[in-house]
Amino acid sequence: MPEKKSELFFNPFFQRNPIALLVLGICSALAVTGSMATALVMSVCLSLVVAFSSLIISLIRHQIPNTVRIGIQITVIATLVILVDQILKAFFYDLAKQLSVYVGLIITNCIVMGRAEGFAMSHTPLKSFIDGLGNGMGYGFVLMTVSFCRELLGSGTVFGHEVLPLIADGGWYQGNGLMLLPAGAFFLIALIIWALRTIYPNQQEKD
Amino acid sequence: MDKETSASAFRAVIVLALICSVLVAGAAVGLRPLQEANRKLDQKKNILRAAELYQGTGDVEKLFQQVETKVVRLADGSFVPPEEVNPAEFDQLGSLQSEETSRKLSKEEDIAGLGRREKYSLVYLVKKDGRLDKVILPVRGKGLWSTLYGYVALSANLSTIIGITFYEHGETPGLGGEIENPDWQAGWQGKQIYNQQEEPAIQVVKGQAKNTYQVDGVSGATLTMNGVNNLMHFWFGEHGFGPFLERYKGADKM
Repeated sequence: MPEKKSELFFNPFFQRNPIALLVLGICSALAVTGSMATALVMSVCLSLVVAFSSLIISLIRHQIPNTVRIGIQITVIATLVILVDQILKAFFYDLAKQLSVYVGLIITNCIVMGRAEGFAMSHTPLKSFIDGLGNGMGYGFVLMTVSFCRELLGSGTVFGHEVLPLIADGGWYQGNGLMLLPAGAFFLIALIIWALRTIYPNQQEKD
Repeated sequence: MDKETSASAFRAVIVLALICSVLVAGAAVGLRPLQEANRKLDQKKNILRAAELYQGTGDVEKLFQQVETKVVRLADGSFVPPEEVNPAEFDQLGSLQSEETSRKLSKEEDIAGLGRREKYSLVYLVKKDGRLDKVILPVRGKGLWSTLYGYVALSANLSTIIGITFYEHGETPGLGGEIENPDWQAGWQGKQIYNQQEEPAIQVVKGQAKNTYQVDGVSGATLTMNGVNNLMHFWFGEHGFGPFLERYKGADKM
């Protein structure tokens, strides 16, 4: 286990990425990566939720009875997610409408629960917070990479700005329909996992 | 004290539940005015979009000044004077709660799965040089999972569709949720609601739309499309805006 705080923060990007190595949080990675704007909001929301749920759970970890710990973790996570959802609806209404059900689904994102149970229950609050933030941003890193490829190859835009003019709009680029579908994200995530496991051979699973 | 006894487990759960519920309730109540304002603005934006008065940019409140809001008695289609019901304050969906301002629909009438229908409805008029140019009507009806809320804008002949929008629904994203996709909504433009016999003839069909009464449906979303079909037939039939549209047909003045 890494002990230095910088390692706690940076390891989840490449060496211990929650999506690529642990294969958690795949569902939302497929669903919200069609456009970069929604992927960015989702990454920010999830990072905040993981960081603060880890912090809170770590703060009260000595008071949590072992028998009901999962229930307590989920309650803390659910409360934070509802708060994020309410704030989005109040201040970023259009984005909240686009994300529709996915913000609520952060509750069931395995990364949040996984960090709470696997790390925050046994580490100090500061370390848990950094670990949560790192994991959220590691997730965000994969999301942004996937959504960049999907939006660019699928609709020829980056953050909604035209980069490759589509034939339909009088340009030269034929949009890739596969990239517009959630299935396109599967291929991209697989490529990322392949790349990471080639760079870090210790991630490869033994047969 | 031992935290592993049943009593302390109960206490931990209750304390946490109390703290969390206070936080959630506080956020919900505290942010509601902002959320309500957003919702109202979004509805106005959708009214303007249905009438092709808003193309993604511009000040919604300012653009909305060209729209005149009125209240209609659905039973006979007459306008209700603002002294009786003030359109600025009328809460159409809220009026469904009261026995006085709404009535229960019978099974045969209720093709759109509404349960109850209000006595008064808001309508939005756009005028040009003193003559009626566009009418925007609020519609709603059951889809597959949820009630769909939207607006239909008609041209001055009260049958040709200018545009349609849906601003609130809980359908499956990517399937039924495509009803909020502007590309699909564009397929409604120029379609006719009423046929020569003055009956609602508009229809969402599978495959290619063949005539001016047919709209291309979304594949994989049959039940949502049935819902859209039903709500159009309800709201443009005799229990919806039928009497209102009949009353003013050919008048080009409202």
